Amino acid sequence: MSPALMRVLRVVVLLSAVRGAPLATVTLPPVILEPVPLEPVPVPSEPVRVDSGADQNISIPINTEQQQQQQQVSLDVDVMLTGELNPNHYPARRAAQVVLHHLNTRYGSPYWWGALRQVHKATAEALGDSGRKYSLEVTLQDQISGTKETCTAEVVFPGGPAGGPPQVTTSYEGKSEINTQAQEEALYNQYNTSQNLLSGHNLPDSYGHVAPGMEPFWHLGGVASSFVMLKESSENTLYNMAQVVSVTQLATENNQLRFNYDVLLHEMVSQEIIHWKLLASWSPQEGVKASQMELLPKCHHCEPPQEH
Amino acid sequence: MFNNNVNFLFGDSLSLGVSEKLWNYNYTRYHPMDEISSWMDSVVEQNPKLVTSLVYGQTFEKRDIKLLKFGLPDPGGLEKKAVWVDCGIHAREWIAPAFCQWFVKEILQSYNESDVRLTKFLQKIDLYVTPVLNVDGYMFSWTNQSTRLWRKSRSLPPQGCTCHGVDLNRNFNANWGTVGVSTDCCSNTYCGVSPASEPEAKAVTDFVGTRVDQFLCYLTIHSSGQLILLPYGHPQITAPNYEELVSVGKAAASEMKKLYGMEYRVGTSPQILYANSGSSRDWARLLGIPFSYTFELRDKGEFGHLLPEDQIKPACEEAYVGVTSILSYVYDNNFPNDKLPTAAATACVHVTGLIVMTTLATLLVTLGSV
Repeated sequence: MSPALMRVLRVVVLLSAVRGAPLATVTLPPVILEPVPLEPVPVPSEPVRVDSGADQNISIPINTEQQQQQQQVSLDVDVMLTGELNPNHYPARRAAQVVLHHLNTRYGSPYWWGALRQVHKATAEALGDSGRKYSLEVTLQDQISGTKETCTAEVVFPGGPAGGPPQVTTSYEGKSEINTQAQEEALYNQYNTSQNLLSGHNLPDSYGHVAPGMEPFWHLGGVASSFVMLKESSENTLYNMAQVVSVTQLATENNQLRFNYDVLLHEMVSQEIIHWKLLASWSPQEGVKASQMELLPKCHHCEPPQEH
Repeated sequence: MFNNNVNFLFGDSLSLGVSEKLWNYNYTRYHPMDEISSWMDSVVEQNPKLVTSLVYGQTFEKRDIKLLKFGLPDPGGLEKKAVWVDCGIHAREWIAPAFCQWFVKEILQSYNESDVRLTKFLQKIDLYVTPVLNVDGYMFSWTNQSTRLWRKSRSLPPQGCTCHGVDLNRNFNANWGTVGVSTDCCSNTYCGVSPASEPEAKAVTDFVGTRVDQFLCYLTIHSSGQLILLPYGHPQITAPNYEELVSVGKAAASEMKKLYGMEYRVGTSPQILYANSGSSRDWARLLGIPFSYTFELRDKGEFGHLLPEDQIKPACEEAYVGVTSILSYVYDNNFPNDKLPTAAATACVHVTGLIVMTTLATLLVTLGSV
């Protein structure tokens, strides 16, 4: 029996050890415990997808009955799907989320904040050293008006050690039906003042509540966060903004309203809450821009701080 | 499955025999742990023939982990089967404990209306509901605004590391530590020092593990993402009843969508979310409990874990029809010769009752005016 097959069998035995009876069918392709090549291994049915994530190695302990120290077999796999993807599965969904981050940076405002509604079709292809490209058809929905729209998009996740943010192109041409111009102008005029600069905290609060007057600044925070989420995204992440911790208006400059934002992002794959600061500037003409984006370190040793 | 037709209305005169405390309990608000605990006591106090409570373990900080057990005597005197529902294994997922409380409310209401389907179900199957499993974490998430998004338990840091807490849903003895976990105690997916090292995970392991032959179904309620996850979290392991798990899950999602149009995707975690190991769902399935699901309730990221209170009702109504869809299937699957009456039959009983009452009332009025 080959060593690989022996290891496969040991894994089966290990996994069946709970309660005696084998209760899980272990469907292991033949090369599972060998170092896996970067090209996907051709298999007749559903290809094996093993997402290694940021630093998550898949280790299956072997030889546990023989040795005192467990040997860890790291699968460090980068086998990624190519071709037609299941639109409900995570690879297509993660790429589609990146499309939404991109659209929010281009079209978002205090009155337009897009969210992914559905992925209809998705394919992926390897671009060799240049990375991987996803082609998608998605329906997005403005979280404020509920308006839906379908578009196609391409997302390229760059390859190589340098990495870099994903590059996105879409067929989306801008908000067609809902006209938010009047609302935007009104908001802009209301806050284009050096007096009574706006500030707010915890949008939403612990109960999911956002005061009606603060809703546009919650939306603006989400849109501005999209600049961060876009540049931080990879095939191993899924970002949403969890909360605006604080928003503080600064004096208007170059006709742009400006706000310092402190936001918490939720990254689904690691389940981490990631703290960013950024400067958001906005006007109805220029849209939203984010700058001075700064990652704040996770505070491991903090006691709960004083209440604001 | 249970009576879906009656909306919960405060002051609904059909809810007879419910104490003031229970009567006034607001199921469309989030409640801190002390309120949930005293609510649990009221539930038992007011419905002694239906519910008992049981402390089946202690958290790291030595708090009781308590469940409510719903059951009725089997007229045939046969041994009961069981179903498990737990909420709040992750502290910040407040909609999950809210759902468990809502679910209990629905059971109480149906029981008070002598719902035929519920009676039959509870005569054959005991229902174990844990409204908050990760009590320490849940309480910590209520401390102030900065702790609201806490996920893990509140165990002390292990040797050589500096952060509190273990991800309880990575700590179960199910391919523990193999995938989708971190060995860094500061990580939100830290799986602990060993399988079921955490008292909360151990409590469930011991309770369900010593009764495994009774359990037909294991449901664990989370947020968010709008997903129905089936075993296994490891990408290369398939449950032997995978096809059935998918079809039952999809039927549940379809029922859920009927209410408010919300889509719930169905699949294994590695398919639709991410690979993971050590989850309670996987552990239950590995043990042999045939139907094991993780529900990820609303929403899809707009509010995430900070789901507004005005969405508690629709989110719970959705989850309720999803859960009861699965429980109905589980019941009918196990008692094929004694299936639950259809909801239409139940409605028939109510309508018949109404007709009888109306006829009687009309007769009395007619007689009175003669």
